[in-house]
Amino acid sequence: MLNKYPMWKNLMVALIIAVGAFYAIPNLFGEDHAVQVVATRGAEVNASTQSEVTDILSAKGIAVKRSELENGQLLVRVADADQQLLAKEAIAEVLGDKYIVALNLAPATPQWLESMGGSPMKLGLDLRGGVHFLMEVDMSEAIRKMTEAKIADFRTDLRGEKIRYAGIRNTPKGIEIKFRDAENLAKAERFLKSRTNEMVFVDASSGSDFMLLANMSEIYLKQVKEEALQQNITTLRNRVNELGVAEPVVQRQGAERIIVELPGVQDTARAKDILGATASIEFHMVDEKADAAAIAAGRVSPGSQIYDRRQGGKVALHKEVMLTGDHIQGAQPSFDEYSRPQVSINLDSKGGSIFSNVTKDNIGKPMATLFIEYKDNGAKNPDGSVKMDKIEEVISVATIQARLGRNFVITGLDHSEAQNLALLLRAGALIAPVSIVEERTIGPSLGAENIDNGLQAMIWGMAVVLIFMLVYYRGFGLIANLALTANLVMVVGVMSMIPGAVLTLPGIAGMVLTVGMAVDGNVLIYERIREELRAGRSVQQAIHEGYGNAFSTIADANITTFMTALILFAVGTGAVKGFAVTLMIGIATSMFTAIVGTRSIVNAIWGGKRVKKLSI
Amino acid sequence: MFEILSIKGTINFLRHAVAISALSLVLVIGSLASLAVNGINWGLDFTGGTVVEMEFKNPVDLNQLRAALTSDETDGAVVQNFGSSRDVLIRLPVKEGVKSDLQVAHVMEAAAKVDPGVSQKRVEFVGPQVGKELAEQGGLAVLVALICILIYVSFRFEWRLALGSVAALAHDVIITLGVFSLFQLEFDLTVLAGVLTVVGYSLNDTIVVFDRIRENFLKMRKGTPEDVVNNSITQTMSRTIITTGTTLVVVVALFLKGGTMIHGFATALLMGIFVGTFSSIYVASFLAVKLGINREHMMPVEIEKEGADQDALMP
Repeated sequence: MLNKYPMWKNLMVALIIAVGAFYAIPNLFGEDHAVQVVATRGAEVNASTQSEVTDILSAKGIAVKRSELENGQLLVRVADADQQLLAKEAIAEVLGDKYIVALNLAPATPQWLESMGGSPMKLGLDLRGGVHFLMEVDMSEAIRKMTEAKIADFRTDLRGEKIRYAGIRNTPKGIEIKFRDAENLAKAERFLKSRTNEMVFVDASSGSDFMLLANMSEIYLKQVKEEALQQNITTLRNRVNELGVAEPVVQRQGAERIIVELPGVQDTARAKDILGATASIEFHMVDEKADAAAIAAGRVSPGSQIYDRRQGGKVALHKEVMLTGDHIQGAQPSFDEYSRPQVSINLDSKGGSIFSNVTKDNIGKPMATLFIEYKDNGAKNPDGSVKMDKIEEVISVATIQARLGRNFVITGLDHSEAQNLALLLRAGALIAPVSIVEERTIGPSLGAENIDNGLQAMIWGMAVVLIFMLVYYRGFGLIANLALTANLVMVVGVMSMIPGAVLTLPGIAGMVLTVGMAVDGNVLIYERIREELRAGRSVQQAIHEGYGNAFSTIADANITTFMTALILFAVGTGAVKGFAVTLMIGIATSMFTAIVGTRSIVNAIWGGKRVKKLSI
Repeated sequence: MFEILSIKGTINFLRHAVAISALSLVLVIGSLASLAVNGINWGLDFTGGTVVEMEFKNPVDLNQLRAALTSDETDGAVVQNFGSSRDVLIRLPVKEGVKSDLQVAHVMEAAAKVDPGVSQKRVEFVGPQVGKELAEQGGLAVLVALICILIYVSFRFEWRLALGSVAALAHDVIITLGVFSLFQLEFDLTVLAGVLTVVGYSLNDTIVVFDRIRENFLKMRKGTPEDVVNNSITQTMSRTIITTGTTLVVVVALFLKGGTMIHGFATALLMGIFVGTFSSIYVASFLAVKLGINREHMMPVEIEKEGADQDALMP
């Protein structure tokens, strides 16, 4: 019998649509105003925090709708925006600065739905407001730092091996290691090659100049860049957390760029200060051989460099870094007994052991804390990238009194500097400076406006299309309309299901467009059925031929559109990617509903029986 | 049944094809000329720079606002209304040695002088390097899309048809860009998305016609290729009109109701839908006929089968 679907096929269609609809449901519940509590270093959010917070709120007379503890985060839902603000202040006041208390909008999905994986679509920044940064990592600085480290390694290694060298310096061609004779050069080459396979050594001697040229291998260079990027991402994540923003995004883009998205943030100046600041500290031993006269004349040994002191004057430091800021685990601003601001620092275990070795060997000698900061000066390099000024200052010189361990203090800062340094050190140092190459700030009112506009467009477009289809195709039109509605519900359902999918304004446009284009499948089929009827086929034959002949056309037409959407997804950024995603999902679901979905209804109504006339 | 078009017999679409194709050619050349002379009014996404969108309490006199923008940092600012007379958009070019933050601060200062109740709605800054890369990627995307389509259509149909469809797509893209160039409409990332969507949409149309051409070549034993093509276009005409109509309706809804941020996108689509529908007949099909498409080219019947054997599985 023609045009009869087996039961399993009907069930499959029903099931697929039901699943799509089920996951679309969470979007109907809207959002709750919520307060999010996250612990910073050293603290923990647990059940006792939860009960503490509940007590704080009930003391203030703020009703808690629901409080959830998940992944070390506490989310407390309250009735409205006013309560939310009160709640945030009350919690922040009691918990203190070991916790970050942030305002958040949490999906108001009921718990049973949530437990089955239901969650609403995530909205892009253009729909909820916030700020988007694209940051570029200054790779040349990462490489320069690594080169410095290598030079220090060469010095210690060669000295340790008792190979005499005349000098080591960094040049544009690579690291030059000079020797007095060929014998030492040969020994050094053999030794260094056996020790480091990440460097490429070339004998660059000419005449009586015995020189070895060392360069990073391609693979190592790539690795250095990769590590710099990864470390910067980690650091930026920490800093973003310090800002107390709910649901931030920190993501790499390509080989040198990082995307940071902060929903709901309006104070972009502070966000930029914290994110872009690349303050770091290094500890160096003071070069005691360089006296004031030598420093004034700029004559210091090649292993030393002259720096400005913050308090005025200059000081010569050994270039070798005793310890970098990377090992700093915690930093708190505090005051010493004369109520001068200071920063207490604690190191990780590796840093602690390095530091304890260094200080043990140098008791009684002066050690300097070098403060390094990169500032975007607004100028551009010839290639369009942002030029950064490197500012280096010695903030304190102190005599090592005793062997220091993992905890010690830095002095010589004013109050706000101590605060900022502590924050930056706590959040980790950026291994290479970053600059903001793109920034987009969307106000919250504009976000709401955008949603409203998108919905309006969708409602108007959809209404006209539905009415037209009903008038033009009557019975079959009604079926097409059901399919169209199911299609829209499924797009929303699938968008909600995919974890990475984000709804953007162009994404809404994509949905609207899907509505207009999705009828194409049905129009093709119905026109074909009409044609077959005109050609004198029987009703059943016409339906069968109509669907059959239209299939390959619909498939071809949609596959090509899908390809362009895929390309759009590959090149697009942010909002445009959102458009491509909705378009792709829309194509897939509309093919399903237009071909299989409507067929199942058509079969159920007209299939397998004697029908004189079709309502088409 | 209720029909928009009640076509008796076959319309000879190709009769006027030479004249209409000539018109197409003129449009393409005109568009290229405009692109060469006027260029494209690249938006912030491609050029880099800063855009500030603000909302005033009261309708604002743009000249007064322009006059208030006196600082060096805001030199070269373009001030225009954006949606309503209270919404204003200011564009600032990238300036050597000037930070975007400073530019924005100066703009807000000037705006507050005109109306203290002004509020900032959106600020975007794009570095020149990022913009340049994006422009290169965008151009590449359109190219890659065209090549992929060429390959797919050659594989599924035949190279003459593939060439016809790619020519039609290039035609649509060039004319859409030409209109953007002629009227100096701003070309931003969403417009690029629109142009790529036009590629997809226009191809949709072309494929539907080609599918019918292939089918009819196999069905109609007699008749010249022209007859077959005319017949195919006639048969798919009502579908074309209806689908174009519904898509047009939603795009107009987007254009009117979607808000200013996707105006460019909707404009590109509006253009593309008109040109795309037209080009599937007078560029794609006509070119395939001129390239000498005939029954033998359609002979690999297995391709037909592919759709047929899916029957059992899908509908």
